[in-house]
Amino acid sequence: MTTDQTHFSEMQTPDGVRAPYSQYDGWFSDQDKARLSKKAREAEAFFRRTGITFNVYGDNDGEERLIPFDLVPRILSNKEWAKLSKGIDQRVCAINAFLHDIYNRQEILRAGIVPTELIAQNEAFLPEMMDFSPPGDVYTHIVGTDVVRTGEDDFFVLEDNARTPSGVSYMLENRETMLQMFPELFSKIKVQSVGNYPKHLRRSLEACAPKSASERPCVAILTPGIHNSAYFEHSFLADQMGVELVEGHDLRVVDGHIAMRTTRGYKVIDVLYRRVDDDFLDPLTFNPNSMLGVPGIMDVYRAGNITITNAPGTGVADDKAIYSYMPDIVEFYTGERAILKNVETHRCSEPQTLKYVLDNLADLVVKEVHGSGGYGMLVGPAASKRELSDFAAKLKSNPANYIAQPTLSLSTVPIFTKKGLAPRHVDLRPFALVSPSGVDITPGGLTRVALKEGSLVVNSSQGGGTKDTWVLED
Amino acid sequence: MLGKTAGGLYWMFRYLERAENTARLIEAGFRIALTRSTDAEAEWKSVVTTSATQAGYDAKYDSYESAHIIDYLLRDAENANSVLSVIKMARDNARLVRTALTTEVWSAVNETWMLFTEVLKSPVPEVDLPQVLSTIRQQSALVRGALLGTMLRNDTFHFCRIGTHIERADNTARIIDVKYFSLLPTTSRVGGRLDNVQWETLLRSVSAHRSFRWAVEEDFTAAGVASFLILDRRMPRSLSFCAQEIIGSLNNLAEDYGAKMPCHDLADAMGARLLNRDISSIFDEGLHEFLNALVLDAASLGQQIEQDYRFAN
Repeated sequence: MTTDQTHFSEMQTPDGVRAPYSQYDGWFSDQDKARLSKKAREAEAFFRRTGITFNVYGDNDGEERLIPFDLVPRILSNKEWAKLSKGIDQRVCAINAFLHDIYNRQEILRAGIVPTELIAQNEAFLPEMMDFSPPGDVYTHIVGTDVVRTGEDDFFVLEDNARTPSGVSYMLENRETMLQMFPELFSKIKVQSVGNYPKHLRRSLEACAPKSASERPCVAILTPGIHNSAYFEHSFLADQMGVELVEGHDLRVVDGHIAMRTTRGYKVIDVLYRRVDDDFLDPLTFNPNSMLGVPGIMDVYRAGNITITNAPGTGVADDKAIYSYMPDIVEFYTGERAILKNVETHRCSEPQTLKYVLDNLADLVVKEVHGSGGYGMLVGPAASKRELSDFAAKLKSNPANYIAQPTLSLSTVPIFTKKGLAPRHVDLRPFALVSPSGVDITPGGLTRVALKEGSLVVNSSQGGGTKDTWVLED
Repeated sequence: MLGKTAGGLYWMFRYLERAENTARLIEAGFRIALTRSTDAEAEWKSVVTTSATQAGYDAKYDSYESAHIIDYLLRDAENANSVLSVIKMARDNARLVRTALTTEVWSAVNETWMLFTEVLKSPVPEVDLPQVLSTIRQQSALVRGALLGTMLRNDTFHFCRIGTHIERADNTARIIDVKYFSLLPTTSRVGGRLDNVQWETLLRSVSAHRSFRWAVEEDFTAAGVASFLILDRRMPRSLSFCAQEIIGSLNNLAEDYGAKMPCHDLADAMGARLLNRDISSIFDEGLHEFLNALVLDAASLGQQIEQDYRFAN
C-alpha cells in the first residue's frame, strides 16, 4: 500500500503501521486475498437477502440499494475513544441545555452570544415549543455527531445531528457481519461490543417516559412507511427493541393520550420514537397535508401525556448557521472549553465574509444551512469552472442560505480492493443516547467511507460505503 | 399486536398462496395445451377465468394464445394478480410486518421476491416454463416450511394461516366452478367410467391427480372427483379442509384473546355448509350455486375478520 503524505492515514504512517492497527495488520498479511474477495461477495449477498437496503429518492420507483460494505475495519484505540466520547458527551449536554434555554428563558440570546435573528428566522424553530419542558428536560434523546479527523490528535465535529440521525442499524449490522465473516479476528483482538445498543436505547427511552406512564412504559417507533429511505432501520430497531413499529394511520388520540390500534383495541403509547420530520408530525399544528403524522399529537405532548423523541424543534440546534456558534454555546452552558474542535465556518450572510467566500470558492466547501445528505453542496477543489460559477450565482442570490468551510484534509483508512489495500477518506458518526440518568455513547459508531479515490463525499446517497468501527479494549 | 400487522400477515399469506395457485393453474393449462391441441384455446380460456383476470386479459388481447396467457399470468405488471405482482405485494406486506416474522420467514419471502424479479424480468420461453413454475412451488414451500418450523404458535401465526386458507378455499372453489359442467352427472354418465381430460386438469390444478388415485379407490366418477375436492378432509386443498383450518385458527385466536367475535359465527356457518354433507345433496342443491355461495362466504368471512381484528381504520 502506498502512503499518501498529504492526508493523515489512520493505519499506515511513513514510520509503519499505527498501534491500533498492528494486530489487524498482522492478521491481514496472513490472509489469502482470494478468500477475502469471496468473503466480500458473500457479505453483499447476505445484505441483500436480509434486506439491509435503503431507497434513494428520485431513483426508479421502489429501487432498493445496498450501502457497500468494506471489510477492513476502522480501528480506534481506547484512549482515542475516551477523548472523543468525552467531547461528544460535553457537546450533547450543551445542546440539550441550549434547547431548553431557547424554548424557555433565552438567556443565551440576552447575553448576546447567539444573535436573536438566527433563532427567530430559523425554519426549525417551533414557537409551539415555547415555555414547555419535555419530560426530564431531554430534547435530543438520540444524537449522531459527525466527526472527522485530520491528524493524530485532531478531531473535528462536522455536524451535530440532533433531529433524527440515522445509520445506527448499519453500525450494528456491520459488526454482526464482521463477527460472522471473521470470528477468529474477534477472539484475537479485543474489541468493545456495540450489541447492547438496542437494549440501551429502549432503557433510555423508557427513562424519558412522562409521569402518566406506568412502570413499564409503552414505547413505539413511528415510521413514514415502507417507502422511506431508512425503513429498514426503523423496522430493525423496533425488532431489536421488541417494540411496535407504527405509522400515523395506526395512531389516534384516545382520552387525551396517543394510542395505537391493536387487534384487541387501542393501546396507549408513552414514548414515541418518531422517525418522521417535525413538519409532518401533526397536521393540525404543522403541515396540514401530512398523512404521516397524528392529528392532535402536539396537544397531547404539551399536556405531558406522551414523550416524543427527539423533541419537536431540536433542529434549531443543529443547523449549519448555529454550528458556527457551538464553541461559545458549549462554554456558555458547561463553563468549560469545548473538547472537540469546530471546523472554521464562514457565514455567508455577512457581506465581508460573502466576498471572501466568493473570492476563494475553489478552495472551500460550501453547504446549505439546512441541507443534509450531501445534497446541494459544493466541494470547491473538486468542482469544474462551470460548477463554480453556477454555484457563485446561487450563493449571491441567497447568501444567508449558505456557510463555507475550508476543505478539510480528511483522514484515510484503507479499503479492500482488487489491487489490495487502498486509502479512502472517512468520517465517523458515533451515537449518543440522552436520558435523565445521563449520556450513554456506544463505543464505535458508523464509519462512512468515500469509495471513489480522492473523493471527500461519504454520504451513502452519493456513493459512499460503510465500515465496521472498532474501539479496542486496550 | 397492531391491527395493521395482523392485516399485513394475513395478506402476505393470501398473496403467497395466490402465487402458488396461479402457477398450478398455468401448469395444468400448459399440459393440456401440449397434449390436446384441439382443446387448447378453451383450456386456456378457463385458466384465465379461474384466475379472475378475464376482464383485464380481454382488454389487452384478442385471442387465447398460450404465450400471451402465460405472460399475462406470470409477469404482466398491469395484471394485479400476476405471479410477479402478487409476489411483490407479499414481499411489501412482509416488509411491513417484518418485526413479526422470524428471520427465516422474512429471508425466504425476500429471497423469493429477488429470485422472481430476476427470473420474470423478460418473457419466459416455453422450454423454461416447467422449471419456472416448479420454482414458484418450491419457493412457496420454503416460506411455508419456515413458517411452520420457526414461528411461535401465537396470534401472528394464526393470522398467517387464516390468510392462507381463505385464499385457498376461494381458489379451489373457483377452479371447481369453472369446470363444474364437466362434473355434472348426466344420466348417461352416472356411474360410468370416464376418461375425462377435464377432470384430470381439475385435479392437476390443485396438484391432486396422484393423491386422488391413492385416496379414492374407485375410478374417476363425477361424484368421486367432486367429493374429493369439496368434502375430503384429508385433502389439503379441499374446501372442507380449508374450512376446518380456518375455524381452528379462529378458535385459537378466540382462546388467546379470551373473546369470540362475529367472524367466528361466519366461519361456523361456512363450516356447516360443508360438514356432514354428502356429494349428492350438493348436486341436488346445484353445484354451481353451492360453489358460488362458498366463494361469497369466504369473501365475507375475510372482511369480517379484517373488521373484528382492526386491520384498518
